Amino acid sequence: MASVRSAVSVKITPPVSVPTSREAHAPLVMRMTVAKVNFYYGPKQVLFDINLNIATNKVTSLIGPSGCGKSTLLRTLNRMHETVRSSRLEGEILIDNQNIFAQDVTALRRRVGMVFQRPNPFPKSIFDNVAYGLRINGVKGSIHDAVEKSLRHAALWDEVKDQLHKSAYELSGGQQQRLCIARALAVEPEVLLLDEPCSALDPISTAKIEELLVQLKDLCTIVIVTHNMQQAARVSDFTAFLLTGQLIEFSPTPQLFTTPSDARTEAYITGRFG
Amino acid sequence: MSHRLRWRKFVSHFMLTMTGLCALVAVAVLFFILGYLVYHGGTSISWNFFTNLPAPVGETGGGMANAIVGSAKLLLLACLLGVPIGFFGAIYLAEFSSGTIAFVVRYAADLLNGVPSIVIGIFAYSLVVLPFKHFSTLAGGFALGLMMIPITLRSTEEFLRAVPRALREGAMALGASQWKTIASVVVPAAYRGILTAILLAFARVAGETAPLLFTAFGNRFWSPGWNQPTASLPVMIFTYAIAPYDDWHRQAWAAGLVLLGLILIINIIARVILSRGVAVPRT
Amino acid sequence: MAGSRSFLSKLGDGDEIARLVTFIFAGSVVLITLLLVFELWRESYLPRHKFGFGFFVTSVWDPIFDKFGALPFIYGTVVTAGVSLLIAVPLGIGAAIFLAELAPARVSDALQFFIDLLAAVPSVIYGLLGVFVVIPVMRQYIQPALKNSLGFLPFFQGPAYGVGFLTAGMVLAIMVIPYIISVSREVLISVPRDQREAALALGSTRWESTWKVVLPFARTGIMGSIFLALARALGETMAVTMVIGNTPTISASLFSPGYSIAAVIANEFTEATGDLYLQSLIELGLVLFLLTFLLNGMARLLIVITSQRGSGMGQA
Repeated sequence: MASVRSAVSVKITPPVSVPTSREAHAPLVMRMTVAKVNFYYGPKQVLFDINLNIATNKVTSLIGPSGCGKSTLLRTLNRMHETVRSSRLEGEILIDNQNIFAQDVTALRRRVGMVFQRPNPFPKSIFDNVAYGLRINGVKGSIHDAVEKSLRHAALWDEVKDQLHKSAYELSGGQQQRLCIARALAVEPEVLLLDEPCSALDPISTAKIEELLVQLKDLCTIVIVTHNMQQAARVSDFTAFLLTGQLIEFSPTPQLFTTPSDARTEAYITGRFG
Repeated sequence: MSHRLRWRKFVSHFMLTMTGLCALVAVAVLFFILGYLVYHGGTSISWNFFTNLPAPVGETGGGMANAIVGSAKLLLLACLLGVPIGFFGAIYLAEFSSGTIAFVVRYAADLLNGVPSIVIGIFAYSLVVLPFKHFSTLAGGFALGLMMIPITLRSTEEFLRAVPRALREGAMALGASQWKTIASVVVPAAYRGILTAILLAFARVAGETAPLLFTAFGNRFWSPGWNQPTASLPVMIFTYAIAPYDDWHRQAWAAGLVLLGLILIINIIARVILSRGVAVPRT
Repeated sequence: MAGSRSFLSKLGDGDEIARLVTFIFAGSVVLITLLLVFELWRESYLPRHKFGFGFFVTSVWDPIFDKFGALPFIYGTVVTAGVSLLIAVPLGIGAAIFLAELAPARVSDALQFFIDLLAAVPSVIYGLLGVFVVIPVMRQYIQPALKNSLGFLPFFQGPAYGVGFLTAGMVLAIMVIPYIISVSREVLISVPRDQREAALALGSTRWESTWKVVLPFARTGIMGSIFLALARALGETMAVTMVIGNTPTISASLFSPGYSIAAVIANEFTEATGDLYLQSLIELGLVLFLLTFLLNGMARLLIVITSQRGSGMGQA
C-alpha cells in the first residue's frame, strides 16, 4: 500500500518557498499547505498569518511554549476546530492542492487522522477499537486482516494478539496510546496528526512511540505537536517554532536546532523561556 | 462523494432531526398542559370558586373555599414537620457527623424519598388515623410532612457542604464556636439554596393527592381545628374529575389551574433565587 | 469522645448541645423510616399468614368471600410501567441526545428548565388531562387506528373504551420522560470530550459518534435513569387510577381495562370492610414498597458507577 501511494504522488513540483528555509537535496512534495491562516476564538485572535508546508512522508513538528497556538494549528488541519462553536478561520488550507473546506469534512477526516494527548480508546474491546473506523467506512477484504496490519504497524500486535477481545482499558497507558495510533492507522490516512502523544506517558513508552513515528513516515505524512524539544530534534525532519500565535521560524530540524535564524527561536531552544 | 458516505450523512442528518423532534415533543407537552388548563380553567374561574363552599349535587355556584383553606392548613403542618427535621438534620450531616452515622441517615432519607406516596399514606393512616379512629387534618399534614423531609434534608445538606472551608475557618479563627459559626456564617452563606430546597419541597407536596385519600380524606364543609377530615385542592380535583357532573368538571379545571399555577410559580421563583447565585465570596 | 469531662459539663457547652439537638433530628429520619417498614410489615400479617406466597399468584380479588389475590394488580402495574417505558425511553433518550450533543448550551439549558417544570406537574393534573383529553382521543382515534392496522396482534384486540392499560401507559410515559431526559442529559454531557473527538477524527458522522461511542460510554448511567423512571412509574397512583378502568383483569389486550397496585389501594382503602381486606391492601403496599426500593437502589448504584468512570477510573 505504501509503495503504491508514494509512486502515485511523486509528481515533481518545485517546493513552495518558505521564509528562511534552505532547499532540501531532493525536491519535496507538499502534502498539505497552510496559507495566510488567521484563527479566532470569538473575538480573540490566536493564530496570526500562518504559512506552512507539510512535506509528504516526512515528520514535521510544531514546537513552542504553552499557549503559543501549536495545538490550535494542528487541529485546523483536520477541521477539528469546528467542534468549538466560536471558532473562526481565515485563509486557506490545502491537501494535495485541494481546499479542505471545500470537501466533505467526514471524508477529509478519514484522510487526515488524529491521535490525542491522553489515550482515549473507546469502551470496547481492543479489536473493536481498531475495527471501528473500518466498520463505519467499509473495508475491502477481511476486517481481521486489516486490524492485524494496523496493530503491527503500531508495534502492538505481539503484545495483544491473544487478547483482542479484552477491553481496551485493561492495557497500560503506553499500550493504549499505541492502540489509538493503530486505530487511526486502520483507515489508511494520508496524514497523521499527533497532539503531544507522549505527554501522558512514561519514558519507556515514549521511546517506543518515538521509534514508531520514524518508521510510520513511510506509511503517511506525520505532523506532531510536542513541548519536548529533544523529542522534536529526535524524530522530526522539519520543525516549526510558534510563539504567541505567530510562526517565528520553519526549517529543517537540524538547521533549526543548531543554527536558528531568529533570536527568539534561539532563546526558546536554549531554555531561556518556555 | 461515494454512495456509502452520502447514505451515512443522510442517516446522520435524519436521526439528529429526530432527536430534535423528541425534545420538541417533550417540551410541547408542557405547553399543551398549560394551555389547556388556562383555557378550560380560566373560563370556569369565578369569585364563587374562591369563596363558596361546595354546593349540593346538581346545584351550580359551588366553590372550593374549604379545599383551599384545607390545603393551606395541611401544608402548614407539613412544613412544621418537614422543615425543622430536614434543616437541623442537614446541619448535623454537614457539620457534625462523619462516616457511618451520616451514611445511615442519608440512606434512610433516600429510602424515604423513594417510597410511593400512597404507601406514605398507609403509614400515616396506621400511625395517626387508627389510634384516633378518625381521619384528620393532622394525619394529612403528617403524611405530607414525611414527604418533605428527604427533599429538604438532602438539598440543604448539599448547600451547606458547598460553603467553602475558608469561610468556616475564618470565623473559627476569630474564636467563634462551632454552632456560632454555623448559625452566623455557614447558614447565611447557604440561605439561597436552603430556601430553594424548602420551596421545591413545598411545591412537590402541594400537589400530592394519594397520601391524603385516607388521612385527611375529604369534607364538603369547613373543617374546624386540626382533628377533623378536611377537603384539599388535589383531592377535590380528583373527586370532581371522575364524577359525572359537568359543573363539577368545570370546577375541576379551575382547581387544576389554580393548583398548577401555584406550583409552577413556586418552582420558577425557587429556580430564579438559585440562579442569582449562591452567596460565596471570592477567595 | 473519651475524656474526663462529665456528661453534664459537656451539656453546658453550646457545641455539644447543638450536636445533640441536630443529631436527634437526623436520627428521627432513620427512626421514621424504620417505623414505616415495621408498620407495613406488622399491619399485613393477616393475609401473609392466611395466603402466604399464594397471595402473589392468585388472580381472584373477591372482598365478599374474603379471597384476595395480588396477581391482577401486579400484572397491571408491570404492564402499564412496561408500556410507559417503551414509549418514554426512546423519546427521552432522543431528547437527551439533542440537548447534550446538538443544542447550543443556552438552548439546552432553557429547554431543560421547561423539562424540569414538566417534572413538577402533579399526578392529579396529568389525571385530569388523561380523563378529558387522552381517553376521548384514544377511544375515537388511536385505538380504532391501532385495531385496524395491528388488530391481528393480541395486544390490540377487543373492545376499545378509551380507558385501559395502553392509555395508562401513555399517560405514565409523559410523566416519566422528564426523569429520563434530565439524568441522561447529565450523563451524556459528562462523557469526556476526547471520546467524541476521537470518533470524529476517524471520519465518523455526528450521529455515528453519538450512537456508537458516546451513548455506549454513557450506557450505565442511562440504565440508571431508566430504573429511576421505572420506579416512578410503578408508584404512580392518581393519573393511573383515573384512566386505567379500575377492573382487576388480566388480559393480553392493551385496550382492556385493568388495575394497578397503587390504584386499588387508592380506590378501596376507605371502603375496606374487615381487617383481612384492609391488610391485604396494606400487603400490596408492602409489595410496592419493596419493588420501588430495589429499583431505586439499583438506579443509584448505576448512576454512581457512571460518575466514577467519568473521572477516569476506567471500565472493569
